[in-house]
Amino acid sequence: MAITYIEQENKEPLEIELREPHLAALLAWLFPGAGHLYQRRYAKGALFMICILSIFIYGLALGGGRCVYASTRPNDFRWQFFFQVGAGAVTFPALVQNAVTKDGGDPFWVLCDRYPIKSELPPNWFDKEFEIVEPDSDYEGETYKDGFMAPPDGPISTESEQVDTIAMWHRDMKQLYDLGTLFTIVAGLLNLLVVYDAYAGPMVISPTEKKRREKVESKSRQKAESQDDQNEASESNAGAN
Amino acid sequence: MYQLFAIGIENALFWYLIPLVVAVSLVYGGTRHEEVPEIIRQSVKSFIWVATFLAIIFVVVTIASWWT
Repeated sequence: MAITYIEQENKEPLEIELREPHLAALLAWLFPGAGHLYQRRYAKGALFMICILSIFIYGLALGGGRCVYASTRPNDFRWQFFFQVGAGAVTFPALVQNAVTKDGGDPFWVLCDRYPIKSELPPNWFDKEFEIVEPDSDYEGETYKDGFMAPPDGPISTESEQVDTIAMWHRDMKQLYDLGTLFTIVAGLLNLLVVYDAYAGPMVISPTEKKRREKVESKSRQKAESQDDQNEASESNAGAN
Repeated sequence: MYQLFAIGIENALFWYLIPLVVAVSLVYGGTRHEEVPEIIRQSVKSFIWVATFLAIIFVVVTIASWWT
Protein backbone atom coordinates (compact mmCIF):
# COMPACT_ATOMS: atom_id res chain seq x y z
CA MET A 1 0.00 0.00 0.00
CA ALA A 2 1.62 3.29 -1.07
CA ILE A 3 0.65 6.76 0.08
CA THR A 4 1.88 10.07 -1.25
CA TYR A 5 1.53 13.52 0.33
CA ILE A 6 0.96 16.71 -1.61
CA GLU A 7 2.09 19.92 0.13
CA GLN A 8 -0.52 22.67 0.00
CA GLU A 9 -0.14 26.33 0.79
CA ASN A 10 -1.70 27.25 4.18
CA LYS A 11 -3.35 23.83 4.42
CA GLU A 12 -2.64 20.37 5.74
CA PRO A 13 -0.75 18.15 3.25
CA LEU A 14 -3.14 16.22 1.04
CA GLU A 15 -2.84 12.48 1.49
CA ILE A 16 -3.39 10.32 -1.60
CA GLU A 17 -3.62 6.59 -1.22
CA LEU A 18 -2.07 4.99 -4.29
CA ARG A 19 -2.77 1.40 -3.15
CA GLU A 20 -0.60 -0.85 -5.38
CA PRO A 21 1.05 1.70 -7.75
CA HIS A 22 2.29 -0.90 -10.27
CA LEU A 23 -1.15 -2.45 -10.61
CA ALA A 24 -2.74 1.00 -10.80
CA ALA A 25 -0.31 2.01 -13.57
CA LEU A 26 -1.06 -1.19 -15.51
CA LEU A 27 -4.81 -0.66 -15.18
CA ALA A 28 -4.40 3.00 -16.18
CA TRP A 29 -2.61 1.94 -19.35
CA LEU A 30 -5.04 -0.87 -20.17
CA PHE A 31 -8.10 1.35 -19.83
CA PRO A 32 -7.78 5.14 -19.40
CA GLY A 33 -8.99 6.11 -15.93
CA ALA A 34 -9.28 2.54 -14.61
CA GLY A 35 -6.15 2.92 -12.50
CA HIS A 36 -7.62 5.96 -10.76
CA LEU A 37 -10.93 4.22 -10.18
CA TYR A 38 -8.97 1.34 -8.59
CA GLN A 39 -7.31 3.92 -6.30
CA ARG A 40 -10.76 5.35 -5.45
CA ARG A 41 -9.85 8.70 -7.09
CA TYR A 42 -13.20 8.64 -8.81
CA ALA A 43 -13.42 12.21 -10.10
CA LYS A 44 -10.05 12.07 -11.84
CA GLY A 45 -10.70 8.56 -13.11
CA ALA A 46 -13.95 9.65 -14.71
CA LEU A 47 -12.32 12.80 -16.14
CA PHE A 48 -9.45 10.88 -17.76
CA MET A 49 -11.73 8.13 -19.02
CA ILE A 50 -14.12 10.57 -20.70
CA CYS A 51 -11.43 12.84 -22.18
CA ILE A 52 -9.05 10.21 -23.52
CA LEU A 53 -11.61 7.73 -24.75
CA SER A 54 -13.67 10.43 -26.41
CA ILE A 55 -10.77 11.82 -28.43
CA PHE A 56 -9.62 8.31 -29.33
CA ILE A 57 -13.06 7.24 -30.51
CA TYR A 58 -13.63 10.57 -32.26
CA GLY A 59 -10.29 10.23 -34.04
CA LEU A 60 -11.07 6.66 -35.04
CA ALA A 61 -14.42 7.78 -36.43
CA LEU A 62 -12.81 10.64 -38.38
CA GLY A 63 -10.40 8.12 -39.89
CA GLY A 64 -13.23 5.82 -40.94
CA GLY A 65 -12.09 3.09 -38.54
CA ARG A 66 -8.91 2.75 -40.59
CA CYS A 67 -6.45 5.20 -38.99
CA VAL A 68 -5.47 2.85 -36.16
CA TYR A 69 -3.77 -0.27 -37.46
CA ALA A 70 -0.57 -2.20 -36.80
CA SER A 71 1.75 -2.97 -39.66
CA THR A 72 5.48 -3.56 -40.09
CA ARG A 73 5.33 -4.57 -43.75
CA PRO A 74 7.86 -3.16 -46.21
CA ASN A 75 6.56 0.22 -47.54
CA ASP A 76 3.99 0.33 -44.74
CA PHE A 77 5.72 0.62 -41.38
CA ARG A 78 2.97 2.16 -39.25
CA TRP A 79 5.09 4.02 -36.70
CA GLN A 80 2.00 5.97 -35.55
CA PHE A 81 0.68 2.81 -33.90
CA PHE A 82 3.51 2.86 -31.36
CA PHE A 83 2.02 6.10 -30.00
CA GLN A 84 -1.61 5.05 -30.42
CA VAL A 85 -0.98 1.91 -28.34
CA GLY A 86 -0.51 4.19 -25.32
CA ALA A 87 -4.32 4.31 -25.16
CA GLY A 88 -4.36 0.67 -24.09
CA ALA A 89 -6.81 -2.12 -24.78
CA VAL A 90 -8.85 -0.07 -27.24
CA THR A 91 -5.99 -0.58 -29.71
CA PHE A 92 -5.80 -4.37 -29.25
CA PRO A 93 -8.17 -5.10 -32.17
CA ALA A 94 -5.46 -3.67 -34.43
CA LEU A 95 -3.00 -6.28 -33.16
CA VAL A 96 -5.54 -9.03 -33.71
CA GLN A 97 -6.29 -7.80 -37.24
CA ASN A 98 -2.56 -7.66 -38.00
CA ALA A 99 -2.13 -11.27 -36.88
CA VAL A 100 -5.15 -12.43 -38.86
CA THR A 101 -4.22 -10.66 -42.12
CA LYS A 102 -0.47 -11.31 -41.99
CA ASP A 103 -0.54 -14.39 -44.19
CA GLY A 104 -3.23 -13.21 -46.55
CA GLY A 105 -6.27 -13.93 -44.38
CA ASP A 106 -9.40 -11.79 -44.38
CA PRO A 107 -9.83 -9.29 -41.52
CA PHE A 108 -12.61 -9.42 -38.96
CA TRP A 109 -15.38 -6.84 -39.44
CA VAL A 110 -14.93 -5.98 -43.11
CA LEU A 111 -15.89 -2.37 -43.76
CA CYS A 112 -15.88 -2.61 -47.56
CA ASP A 113 -14.42 -4.52 -50.51
CA ARG A 114 -12.15 -2.97 -53.11
CA TYR A 115 -11.31 -4.01 -56.64
CA PRO A 116 -7.79 -5.45 -56.83
CA ILE A 117 -4.76 -4.19 -58.67
CA LYS A 118 -5.12 -3.65 -62.45
CA SER A 119 -3.09 -6.72 -63.40
CA GLU A 120 -5.67 -8.90 -61.65
CA LEU A 121 -8.69 -7.25 -63.30
CA PRO A 122 -10.33 -7.99 -66.68
CA PRO A 123 -9.61 -5.14 -69.17
CA ASN A 124 -13.10 -3.63 -68.98
CA TRP A 125 -12.68 -3.22 -65.19
CA PHE A 126 -9.28 -1.43 -65.32
CA ASP A 127 -10.66 1.94 -64.27
CA LYS A 128 -12.03 0.35 -61.07
CA GLU A 129 -8.58 -0.40 -59.59
CA PHE A 130 -8.78 0.00 -55.76
CA GLU A 131 -12.26 1.57 -55.95
CA ILE A 132 -14.95 0.39 -53.51
CA VAL A 133 -17.05 -2.49 -54.91
CA GLU A 134 -20.63 -1.25 -55.29
CA PRO A 135 -23.43 -3.39 -53.83
CA ASP A 136 -24.98 -3.92 -57.28
CA SER A 137 -21.69 -4.78 -58.98
CA ASP A 138 -21.53 -8.04 -60.95
CA TYR A 139 -17.77 -8.38 -60.40
CA GLU A 140 -16.98 -11.92 -59.27
CA GLY A 141 -13.20 -11.93 -58.79
CA GLU A 142 -11.07 -11.61 -55.66
CA THR A 143 -11.33 -8.32 -53.79
CA TYR A 144 -9.21 -6.46 -51.28
CA LYS A 145 -10.91 -5.97 -47.97
CA ASP A 146 -10.89 -2.85 -45.76
CA GLY A 147 -11.21 -4.12 -42.20
CA PHE A 148 -11.90 -2.21 -38.99
CA MET A 149 -8.48 -1.33 -37.54
CA ALA A 150 -6.91 -3.65 -40.12
CA PRO A 151 -3.83 -2.95 -42.25
CA PRO A 152 -4.55 -1.86 -45.83
CA ASP A 153 -5.00 -4.82 -48.14
CA GLY A 154 -3.15 -5.23 -51.40
CA PRO A 155 0.36 -4.13 -52.40
CA ILE A 156 1.58 -0.81 -51.01
CA SER A 157 3.52 1.30 -53.46
CA THR A 158 6.26 3.91 -53.07
CA GLU A 159 5.81 5.12 -56.67
CA SER A 160 4.09 8.50 -56.81
CA GLU A 161 1.88 7.53 -59.78
CA GLN A 162 0.90 4.09 -58.49
CA VAL A 163 -2.40 3.86 -56.63
CA ASP A 164 -2.80 1.69 -53.57
CA THR A 165 -5.32 1.24 -50.75
CA ILE A 166 -3.74 3.92 -48.54
CA ALA A 167 -3.92 6.41 -51.42
CA MET A 168 -7.64 5.64 -51.78
CA TRP A 169 -8.20 6.19 -48.05
CA HIS A 170 -6.57 9.62 -48.32
CA ARG A 171 -8.60 10.41 -51.45
CA ASP A 172 -11.91 9.35 -49.87
CA MET A 173 -11.42 10.92 -46.44
CA LYS A 174 -9.13 13.79 -47.45
CA GLN A 175 -7.63 15.60 -44.43
CA LEU A 176 -9.89 13.76 -41.99
CA TYR A 177 -7.74 10.63 -42.22
CA ASP A 178 -4.67 12.53 -40.99
CA LEU A 179 -6.76 14.36 -38.41
CA GLY A 180 -8.05 11.03 -37.09
CA THR A 181 -4.49 9.75 -36.88
CA LEU A 182 -3.49 12.88 -34.96
CA PHE A 183 -6.36 12.53 -32.48
CA THR A 184 -5.58 8.89 -31.75
CA ILE A 185 -1.86 9.58 -31.34
CA VAL A 186 -2.63 12.40 -28.89
CA ALA A 187 -4.96 10.08 -26.94
CA GLY A 188 -2.17 7.53 -26.65
CA LEU A 189 0.37 10.09 -25.48
CA LEU A 190 -2.04 11.67 -22.97
CA ASN A 191 -2.67 8.26 -21.45
CA LEU A 192 1.03 7.96 -20.70
CA LEU A 193 0.69 11.05 -18.47
CA VAL A 194 -2.30 9.41 -16.82
CA VAL A 195 -0.27 6.26 -16.19
CA TYR A 196 2.36 8.36 -14.44
CA ASP A 197 -0.34 10.06 -12.34
CA ALA A 198 -1.73 6.68 -11.29
CA TYR A 199 1.76 5.41 -10.40
CA ALA A 200 3.14 8.42 -8.51
CA GLY A 201 0.36 10.94 -7.93
CA PRO A 202 -0.06 14.41 -9.48
CA MET A 203 2.95 16.44 -10.62
CA VAL A 204 2.34 19.27 -8.18
CA ILE A 205 4.95 21.90 -7.48
CA SER A 206 4.95 22.08 -3.68
CA PRO A 207 4.75 25.55 -2.02
CA THR A 208 8.29 25.03 -0.61
CA GLU A 209 9.68 24.27 -4.06
CA LYS A 210 7.72 27.23 -5.52
CA LYS A 211 9.26 29.63 -2.94
CA ARG A 212 12.72 28.22 -3.60
CA ARG A 213 12.33 28.81 -7.34
CA GLU A 214 11.02 32.34 -6.82
CA LYS A 215 14.03 33.06 -4.58
CA VAL A 216 16.48 31.75 -7.19
CA GLU A 217 14.76 33.78 -9.94
CA SER A 218 14.80 37.04 -7.93
CA LYS A 219 18.49 36.50 -7.07
CA SER A 220 19.43 36.00 -10.71
CA ARG A 221 17.31 39.04 -11.68
CA GLN A 222 19.12 41.21 -9.05
CA LYS A 223 22.46 39.91 -10.30
CA ALA A 224 21.57 40.81 -13.91
CA GLU A 225 20.42 44.31 -12.87
CA SER A 226 23.61 45.00 -10.87
CA GLN A 227 25.66 43.71 -13.84
CA ASP A 228 23.80 46.17 -16.12
CA ASP A 229 24.45 49.04 -13.65
CA GLN A 230 28.17 48.19 -13.54
CA ASN A 231 28.36 48.06 -17.36
CA GLU A 232 26.63 51.46 -17.64
CA ALA A 233 28.97 52.96 -15.03
CA SER A 234 32.09 51.66 -16.79
CA GLU A 235 30.80 52.95 -20.19
CA SER A 236 30.13 56.43 -18.80
CA ASN A 237 33.64 56.45 -17.20
CA ALA A 238 35.20 55.45 -20.50
CA GLY A 239 33.24 58.22 -22.27
CA ALA A 240 34.33 60.84 -19.72
CA ASN A 241 38.03 59.81 -20.18
CA MET B 1 -9.65 41.99 -40.76
CA TYR B 2 -12.86 40.21 -41.75
CA GLN B 3 -10.84 38.19 -44.26
CA LEU B 4 -9.12 36.37 -41.38
CA PHE B 5 -12.48 35.21 -40.09
CA ALA B 6 -13.62 34.26 -43.59
CA ILE B 7 -10.49 32.16 -44.04
CA GLY B 8 -11.08 30.62 -40.63
CA ILE B 9 -14.63 29.64 -41.48
CA GLU B 10 -13.63 28.32 -44.91
CA ASN B 11 -10.91 26.26 -43.27
CA ALA B 12 -13.43 24.59 -40.97
CA LEU B 13 -10.85 21.94 -40.19
CA PHE B 14 -9.33 24.09 -37.51
CA TRP B 15 -12.62 23.88 -35.58
CA TYR B 16 -11.83 20.18 -35.13
CA LEU B 17 -8.88 21.21 -32.98
CA ILE B 18 -11.05 22.79 -30.29
CA PRO B 19 -12.22 19.51 -28.68
CA LEU B 20 -8.65 18.25 -28.90
CA VAL B 21 -7.29 21.30 -27.07
CA VAL B 22 -10.08 21.03 -24.46
CA ALA B 23 -9.27 17.38 -23.79
CA VAL B 24 -5.52 18.03 -23.65
CA SER B 25 -6.06 20.91 -21.20
CA LEU B 26 -8.31 18.84 -18.95
CA VAL B 27 -5.95 15.86 -18.88
CA TYR B 28 -2.93 18.10 -18.27
CA GLY B 29 -4.79 19.88 -15.47
CA GLY B 30 -5.75 16.52 -14.01
CA THR B 31 -2.15 15.36 -13.91
CA ARG B 32 -1.01 18.55 -12.20
CA HIS B 33 -3.58 18.71 -9.40
CA GLU B 34 -5.72 16.46 -7.27
CA GLU B 35 -8.72 18.60 -6.33
CA VAL B 36 -11.36 19.40 -8.92
CA PRO B 37 -11.43 23.24 -8.57
CA GLU B 38 -7.64 23.33 -9.00
CA ILE B 39 -7.87 21.01 -12.00
CA ILE B 40 -10.45 23.24 -13.66
CA ARG B 41 -8.40 26.38 -12.94
CA GLN B 42 -5.27 24.83 -14.43
CA SER B 43 -7.24 23.50 -17.43
CA VAL B 44 -8.66 26.94 -18.23
CA LYS B 45 -5.17 28.47 -18.04
CA SER B 46 -3.75 25.76 -20.31
CA PHE B 47 -6.61 26.10 -22.81
CA ILE B 48 -6.15 29.86 -23.08
CA TRP B 49 -2.39 29.44 -23.51
CA VAL B 50 -2.65 26.77 -26.21
CA ALA B 51 -5.53 28.48 -28.06
CA THR B 52 -3.64 31.79 -28.09
CA PHE B 53 -0.50 30.09 -29.37
CA LEU B 54 -2.46 28.35 -32.15
CA ALA B 55 -4.21 31.60 -33.08
CA ILE B 56 -0.88 33.43 -33.36
CA ILE B 57 0.55 30.67 -35.55
CA PHE B 58 -2.60 30.78 -37.70
CA VAL B 59 -2.30 34.54 -38.21
CA VAL B 60 1.41 34.30 -39.03
CA VAL B 61 0.87 31.52 -41.57
CA THR B 62 -2.11 33.35 -43.14
CA ILE B 63 -0.12 36.56 -43.53
CA ALA B 64 2.84 34.62 -44.95
CA SER B 65 0.54 32.95 -47.48
CA TRP B 66 -0.64 36.37 -48.74
CA TRP B 67 2.94 37.25 -49.62
CA THR B 68 3.70 34.08 -51.61
